[in-house]
Amino acid sequence: MTDSASAKTSDGPNVQAAIDKFIAVTGSQVAAYLDACIHCGQCAQACHFHEVTHDPKYVPANKLVPITKVYKRHKAPFAALKRAIGLAPAELTADDLTEWQELLYDSCTMCGRCTVVCPMGIDIASIVGLSRQAMVAAGLGPADLMEAAENARTKGSPLGMTAQVLSDRIEWLADDFEVEIPLDKKKADVLVTLSSIEMMKYPDSVVAMARLMNASGVDWTFSSHGYEATNFGILSGKSDVAKIMIERLTGAAEELGAKTVIIPECGHAYGAMRWSAAGILGRPLPFEVLHITEFVAQQIKAGKLKLKKMGDAITYHDPCQVSRRGGAAEDARTILNAFASDFREMEPTGNNNWCCGGGGGVQAMASASDLRHKVFRIKTEQVDKTGAQSLVSACANCRLTMDESKVALDWHTDIKSLVELVADQLEDA
Amino acid sequence: MTLLQFVQGPLWYFASAVFVLGVLWRLIAMVMIGKPRDLSAARTSSFGGGIKAILLHSVPHGGNLARTIYHFLVGYAFHIGLFVLVLFAAPHVRFIEERLLGWAWTPVPGWGFALAAQFAFAGLILLYIRRLTDPVMRKLSDWDDHIGTWLVFLVMLTGCLALQESHDGLRLIHLLSVEALMIYFPFSRLMHAFTFAFSRYNTGATYGRRGVTP
Repeated sequence: MTDSASAKTSDGPNVQAAIDKFIAVTGSQVAAYLDACIHCGQCAQACHFHEVTHDPKYVPANKLVPITKVYKRHKAPFAALKRAIGLAPAELTADDLTEWQELLYDSCTMCGRCTVVCPMGIDIASIVGLSRQAMVAAGLGPADLMEAAENARTKGSPLGMTAQVLSDRIEWLADDFEVEIPLDKKKADVLVTLSSIEMMKYPDSVVAMARLMNASGVDWTFSSHGYEATNFGILSGKSDVAKIMIERLTGAAEELGAKTVIIPECGHAYGAMRWSAAGILGRPLPFEVLHITEFVAQQIKAGKLKLKKMGDAITYHDPCQVSRRGGAAEDARTILNAFASDFREMEPTGNNNWCCGGGGGVQAMASASDLRHKVFRIKTEQVDKTGAQSLVSACANCRLTMDESKVALDWHTDIKSLVELVADQLEDA
Repeated sequence: MTLLQFVQGPLWYFASAVFVLGVLWRLIAMVMIGKPRDLSAARTSSFGGGIKAILLHSVPHGGNLARTIYHFLVGYAFHIGLFVLVLFAAPHVRFIEERLLGWAWTPVPGWGFALAAQFAFAGLILLYIRRLTDPVMRKLSDWDDHIGTWLVFLVMLTGCLALQESHDGLRLIHLLSVEALMIYFPFSRLMHAFTFAFSRYNTGATYGRRGVTP
């Protein structure tokens, strides 16, 4: 049975399915987290949703309540004893699940900032990701996020970009921008993937990526068998879709004999393929996975990409899944320092940066839009303090979130893609 | 057998057994649940990341000092004070030498005890005031948080009252409260005294592979 098949019953959420999933996903690591939380509430200090609302319901530790109830009632050491003497938490209810949907989806971008401040180091973001699987098992979850995941399953991408649409758009971009964009070469050393957000909303980014790959002189291609890097299966909690998306990319790379898979400007796509994919597949990946910023930084260090200097004052927004949760914050700095003569860091920045408000699938949830616009005010204040003319990022999802919130907040600083900026600075561009 | 003899004898052994076996079982059972292997290609060492996280999360980092200064100062005041009281108060050192190890270390002088007690009491009371008044902590707190706090407070209070060991009744009350705490401990959130290391290590190891320690 697929996750999607365990839908809501006619009486409401399938609570037993959620309980079973919560039990299944609680391994010793999650158990250690749930046993260590001392309810100190420090995580509220790091959460952008609490920061802008001061509503205690948004404290990240509160998002652990459903899984903690199930763990302590059914799986924790002494659970049976506590149940017998009436000291175990009450059974999870349909009302619990319905109430926590907003907390587990709309108001958690899984940015992991709460882990930094937690004295126990609890990885709340990962537990939220696992809890979403239980919500899906119950038949819950925001309809638009679920639809995006189903689009990925049936059409190949959350925005409905089929292989045919991919082919048509690549042909159009190659013609219009006079750039070579290889698709479906028989063999290639490097498989480049993309985010449908880029292809459908920011096609210049795809062109820029092609220019950088061509300038680096590597043997690369896109593949119509595996092109979508975003993984709305992971974001939504539909673990079967998560696996399908990873199998598509892995299959395409193996078919090409690729040694490297490049993830485009997308934070969660990097986390999904670089850090989660092997575990989901159940075997190590036979190729390396690089975020586009890692690849470009390598090429700059190797002297293969020569860049002209740019004098505009710019600042950089770290995608959380690339920096704090991905370990690749320095690569963007390597790139920026190679061409930007007036690069200004925000405070805080890098691994401690504030999230844009749209990660973790929140960008795709209409119900969350007002809240994430409020959250973006933190970013505008950070950027304004630097005095930068442009805000640059290396995540199309962050960029879309920030572009939408910029309009909602009537903010006027330019928001740009790092890959596009770098491609514009190529010496032969 | 007098009540004091019972509390010093059979009940002490029972409480000790519950504490030691309970803590061990809780930790072993937790670890034995198992977890999926991380098959991603590591960028750096998991072990190094785990150790780093245990140390790093002992202090506010990531620019969060000002935001967490209350818990940082008050929390350390309480924990250091309690540590000194438990391990270096003269009656405890004597107890350890005579009934547990056969040897012990030098206890703190009277002024050291008084100072540690003041830190521990001030820390515990200020943390509890925060738990009762801060909307976030109120939202999160449950009966376990309150029982744990009150038991520790009772143990510290009766310990100070029994310091001179001049009155059997006071010693009896202190021992009873200690034994209640020891029996309650393995079933409660007080286990964070041990689970903190597992939690921090797990995060550090997971992200250490990725080359970052959040």
